[in-house]
Amino acid sequence: MSLDLKGIHKTFTTAGGHRQHVLRGVDLCVEPGEFVSMIGHSGCGKSTLLNIAGGLLRPDTGTVASDGVAVTAPGPDRAMVFQNYSLLPRLSMVDNVRVAVRAARPGRASSRSDEVAERYLTAVGLWEHRDKKPAQVSGGMKQRAAVARAFAVEPRVLLLDEPFAAVDALTRARLQSQLVELWQSESETEIVLMVTHGIDEAILLSDRIVVMANPPQPSVMDIITTDLPRPRDRVSIIDDPHFRVVQERLLGLLLIEDKEPVAV
Amino acid sequence: MTDIKTHELIESPPAPVPKPEVAGPPAATGWLQRAASTTTMAVLGLTTFTLLWAWGSTYSRELPSPATAFGTLRDLLASPFYDHGPNDKGIAVYLIASLGRVFKGFVAAAAVGIPVGLLMGANRWAWKAANPLVQLLRPVSPLAWFPIWLVILKDAPQAAVWVIFITALWPIVLNTAAGAAAVPKDHRNVARVFRFGRVAYVRHVLLPDSLPAIVTGLRQSMGVAWMVIVAVEMLSGGTGIGFFIWDSYNALNLSKVISALLVIGAVGLVLDLLFLRLGRAVAVEGAHA
Repeated sequence: MSLDLKGIHKTFTTAGGHRQHVLRGVDLCVEPGEFVSMIGHSGCGKSTLLNIAGGLLRPDTGTVASDGVAVTAPGPDRAMVFQNYSLLPRLSMVDNVRVAVRAARPGRASSRSDEVAERYLTAVGLWEHRDKKPAQVSGGMKQRAAVARAFAVEPRVLLLDEPFAAVDALTRARLQSQLVELWQSESETEIVLMVTHGIDEAILLSDRIVVMANPPQPSVMDIITTDLPRPRDRVSIIDDPHFRVVQERLLGLLLIEDKEPVAV
Repeated sequence: MTDIKTHELIESPPAPVPKPEVAGPPAATGWLQRAASTTTMAVLGLTTFTLLWAWGSTYSRELPSPATAFGTLRDLLASPFYDHGPNDKGIAVYLIASLGRVFKGFVAAAAVGIPVGLLMGANRWAWKAANPLVQLLRPVSPLAWFPIWLVILKDAPQAAVWVIFITALWPIVLNTAAGAAAVPKDHRNVARVFRFGRVAYVRHVLLPDSLPAIVTGLRQSMGVAWMVIVAVEMLSGGTGIGFFIWDSYNALNLSKVISALLVIGAVGLVLDLLFLRLGRAVAVEGAHA
């Protein structure tokens, strides 16, 4: 299983009628078992690239292949976690997961879907809150439900669009650990592709970090391999000299433009 | 009141319908005080109106005084269900006949209008195809349809039902379309990523997200339908509250006309409150969570 993006170009027409070249010549091959982050300033096209990988958007030119098969639409091999939770407000937590799993895996017996829904909701610690509506729980819980929903589809590729941007720092730390745990042990998921604004988050979680430049420059500025052994400990990793090296490189790359501060 | 702006509808898919809101009095301290001031002012307003009416009626031989009209109203309400032949029935009999017609036309309008509205809001092509027709027909007084239905059905009371259908149709279609067009992009993306089938999309995304707007449409429709039924029954004759008013006018009994007016108003108020309740029941907290 690999996710292969080749020669991706994407332009948008702005409200004023200007054509904006958002993605310019992106080549990225994510290998099985890899966690890859995309980092860059707002407007660099990282979310666009993620949506293209998910099949929600089509590139102008270039191809996306999942395990050699061309991606033109969303598929059960790829699941997404959106920035703003995106739970359906009238469904309980468990129904949000069940409905998505049944829709994404129509061939599967519904008893099996329910079982998987229970497993992942339990894994993120939400089984006892399963009957609550999204409006009744905190932002962190909503995002955990969204993560459970994505894993419950049992995708090979998990696509995350700034998944922890809207939660507080402590919740974020817990969610990051849960994510890595689910990805490494409990699930079928092989590849994680994540959009983030957080430099430390990218280093802590990823094997490789794609640093993206603002248009009109070529989209991929650099790809940095973190080379830190797993399991990683969020406290001691900060003292790792290699962590420091990667952090400085990322800061250097992202501050070249110096247009807006980057969350550290 | 929630209403969709006409000029927006002509150009493009409509803007999202805001949540139904009820204008309340400015905050006072404690509900008892609030209720007391509300009641006091209501009584004051009604008394002023009645006094003006009483004063006006002293200058006219035709206009009955409030005392006469309320007396007639009391008599009408005292025996509401009697039936002495086609032109002499209790007021409740007329009301029930009118409510029945409104209900039939309204249900038919909802059965057609909700699916059509959902389709128009969810599908660009359906919108482009149907919107010009809707915009052309919507400004037409529903009464203008009466001759058409009469020719088709050859039965005046039946034609009245279908005039109500037309009346109720447009607000339902347009509000439903507005609701369906305003399904949040997040929800559409969820449906796409998890590959919701058509049934799952309608059931879990389109319908729940459009529901508040649909109820707003139903409420508007019911309001207009209840107004139009009086007019159409004046045309159609037969049993009904509109006929009752016309018949009372022909008998030069304005007291009965005024009584009927008050009863119609009260029934309309109750209908509106029912739909307001329904609107609150289907509103969802944190709808865009």
